[in-house]
Amino acid sequence: MAEPKVKYDRQLRIWGDQGQADLEKSSICLLNCGPTGSETLKNLVLGGIGSITVVDGSKVEEGDLGNNFLVDESSLGKSKAKCVCSFLQELNDAVKAKFVEESPETLIETNPSFFSQFTLVVATQLVEYSMIKLDRICREANVILIFARSYGLTGFVRISVKEHDVIESKPEHFLDDLRLNNPWPELKRFADDIDLNVQDPVVHKHVPYVVILVKKADEWTKSHGGRLPSTREEKKEFKELLKAGMVAQDEDNYKEAIDSSFKVFAPRGISTELQQILNDSSVEVDSNSSDFWVLVAALKDFIANEGGGEVPLEGSIPDMTSSTEQYVNLQNIYHAKAEADFLVIEHLVRGILKKIGRDSNSIPRSTIKSFCKNARKLKVCRYRLIEDEFNAPNLPDLQKYLTDEDSSIAMGIYILLRAADRFAANYNSFPGQFDSAMDEDIPRLKSTAISLLNDLGCNGATLAEDLINEMCRFGAAELHAVAALVGGIASQEVIKSLGAEGC
Amino acid sequence: MADTLSRSRDLDKLLLRPGNLVGPRFEPGAELRDDLQAFAKVLVVGAGGLGCELLKDLALTGFRNLEVIDMDRIEVTNLNRQFLFRLEDVGKPKAEVAAKRVMERISGVQIVPHFCRIEDKEIEFYNDFSIIALGLDSVEARSYINTVACSFLEYDSDDNPREETIKPMVDGGTEGFKGHARVILPGITPCFECTIWLFPPQVKFPLCTLAETPRTAAHCIEYAHLIKWDEVHGGVAFDPDNPEHMKWVYDEAVKRAELFGIPGVTYSFTQGVVKNIIPAIASTNAIISAACALETLKIATECSKTLSNYLSYNGSQGLHTEVAEFERDKDCLVCGPGIRIELDTSITLQKFMDLLEEHPKLRLSKASITHRGKNLYMQAPPVLEEMTRSNLSLSLFNLMGKLPKDVVHVNGMTIKNDQKFSCLRKLRVVFKGVDGVTDMDTAGGA
Ligand SMILES: [Zn+2]
Repeated sequence: MAEPKVKYDRQLRIWGDQGQADLEKSSICLLNCGPTGSETLKNLVLGGIGSITVVDGSKVEEGDLGNNFLVDESSLGKSKAKCVCSFLQELNDAVKAKFVEESPETLIETNPSFFSQFTLVVATQLVEYSMIKLDRICREANVILIFARSYGLTGFVRISVKEHDVIESKPEHFLDDLRLNNPWPELKRFADDIDLNVQDPVVHKHVPYVVILVKKADEWTKSHGGRLPSTREEKKEFKELLKAGMVAQDEDNYKEAIDSSFKVFAPRGISTELQQILNDSSVEVDSNSSDFWVLVAALKDFIANEGGGEVPLEGSIPDMTSSTEQYVNLQNIYHAKAEADFLVIEHLVRGILKKIGRDSNSIPRSTIKSFCKNARKLKVCRYRLIEDEFNAPNLPDLQKYLTDEDSSIAMGIYILLRAADRFAANYNSFPGQFDSAMDEDIPRLKSTAISLLNDLGCNGATLAEDLINEMCRFGAAELHAVAALVGGIASQEVIKSLGAEGC
Repeated sequence: MADTLSRSRDLDKLLLRPGNLVGPRFEPGAELRDDLQAFAKVLVVGAGGLGCELLKDLALTGFRNLEVIDMDRIEVTNLNRQFLFRLEDVGKPKAEVAAKRVMERISGVQIVPHFCRIEDKEIEFYNDFSIIALGLDSVEARSYINTVACSFLEYDSDDNPREETIKPMVDGGTEGFKGHARVILPGITPCFECTIWLFPPQVKFPLCTLAETPRTAAHCIEYAHLIKWDEVHGGVAFDPDNPEHMKWVYDEAVKRAELFGIPGVTYSFTQGVVKNIIPAIASTNAIISAACALETLKIATECSKTLSNYLSYNGSQGLHTEVAEFERDKDCLVCGPGIRIELDTSITLQKFMDLLEEHPKLRLSKASITHRGKNLYMQAPPVLEEMTRSNLSLSLFNLMGKLPKDVVHVNGMTIKNDQKFSCLRKLRVVFKGVDGVTDMDTAGGA
């Protein structure tokens, strides 16, 4: 294996070569390289992100040495962006590292087009005013934006992107796509050819549970007017039916069948989540549509026609007690059906592309294949503009979270972080930033927070005094460990936003 | 000291100012910060993905006296996350390089590296630290450190833990986008052993499946690794770190897979199965280590309430975190008051060791026994064995200084689920018919 492949081995096992390729072609811009920003980039550079551009206008001060590992004594008085950038380059020479010695606020004001060259912008330690402006710029330019902020023992990460579509979402506990209660003809025939009453005990205990369940589900529906077991009583009865098929105590295949019987009870057809995606107006595709929506349009067509209400088959089966021969044969049947479904979808995709005036080969086979395999797990995530979140809050949710015992502290921190920015806009310093003003800052922060709550429509809502005191105590400190935690989360979100995993 | 002052610009806000959401013994002030720097001593166990982060985080969180222990050398596959190492460091001891790199960048921090196995250190070595931070990837190593830390714990006569004997631990772990951080205060919060069910045993394939009905690529690989290797190389132990051995297993697995028509055997997958590789990324290690470092600071200073007691983090589908308050197992062999054993004063050390082997809750063989730091009998090294052998025929009562009751520590092998484990047990020995004039359980208490 080549060096980079070995170096990235532990992460390739998660997101594979395609995920790694997605990271390596991405260019990231970081705004402010204090510890929060530095730690975010450190994690991404180690993983082999394509290129980074560090934007910061400040010089390294004594205090920075106490919270940022990416600067050291030799950095004092020098450009922070330059020092951080050179340390990052040391971590991984495959990454293209650049820096811009300029304040992010100035850049946002004077050179908005600067941001359109990047795949993604990580904006750290920005105050509300700049966040809103940058958000508009990135949304317009279709650049993914991730905000990260560390503040005392608190902080936040906020993603902002118009739409993030996920094909390979890799959910943890997802039902195997086995079609036990809705077998296609080949699977049905395979099951029919196997005799569950076979005399040879060795053969009997090696019949794969998929076959047992297909046969028993068929038997059940035939005697119940086509219905599957649905009540608790019926499900119990179905399991008894399986148990009755056992001829010896040690038949693992029957035990597996009983444990997997819930796979028979699962409703046929598609999930409500997928139905929602199929109903989305974006499925009416035109020449401006993304590949994702072209694929969804083909999927919708498939489900309504060839698929008979089902998505293309995933095509893999879990391991189960079986003879090698029957298992391999079964695997081949699932694989063949998945391949056939894929060919139908591919044909549909090519047709749609042609119809909307695009090159019919512009979506690669491998993408279509992956889409078919993951059709049940598609995800569409859309994020509101920061400006909308601030100006048109979801009042019922806000009120609920403010009073709910489990969430009131988190909500209080959310409000106070915003209040701190308002405070800073009014008084030119953060609450508690200077020891000398502590006593007056506490009531000031309190009244700022209450007026913010009123503006949001939460009249009469209160915040715990202890929490207000605590925010003043923090005095906008950027603690290294908090920054490492917030930066760690931000870098996970970057990786996921770039397509490596999940949503 | 204006220099120091400004360097702790951010941390000072937390340590010098009073707060309302803090621990009961928080005493804000410059003295707290200075004491933290001067007296708090933290051991970081493991200098891998978590350990590298922990050293950096602790060094930038006000701790100046750190030690790190790790037996491994740096490998190329570490470089995607273990940010203190470079390509030219491959082959060097992790602990030494990690300590050096952090000290180079952060002045005033002292880090002592220990390039050895955790079992190589005397038990007392671990008692020297205020807090132990664990950055490990194995259940066995966690279990060992947990047992050592819990062995320092003493109980008073009411079975309440004596506070000055509590050795706090902070433990982190990651797998892919997921991880956990937990605080263990032995005697107060559940120890690692109390919640051992959090780590279910690894699923092993039945040998008959491997030999007779292979179905998956993993079956073919494990056949080559566990069955074919011994058949062909009888006597030569398989070494997962030997590339030639790995290649042989891979080739054999491919042959077997072809024979049975099974897809999916690749070199990378073979390594994953044979070495049980856990996927790991930089960001998750950063998150979990940072959470652990914050808890370490909170335990040391009470500048905020500590995590009680288990945080789970899952970033693989959206982002989910949860704090669970697990409960102690009152009968825990490791952190509980200990197993009480009543003995006659006439019993010899040898007879006592026989009893340990028969005891249904212990089943301890190959026992090495210490009492108040004194070796009563040691199995190894040979020199110590010889020195302590004569004790075997002496009475335990006399060996323990004629105390009516006291705690002894026993290091040995035990059997659990048909597997042998090395373990450390705490036993409360009570001698029958001796009046408890000096009740050692309460001596020095309160
Ligand atoms: Zn315990």
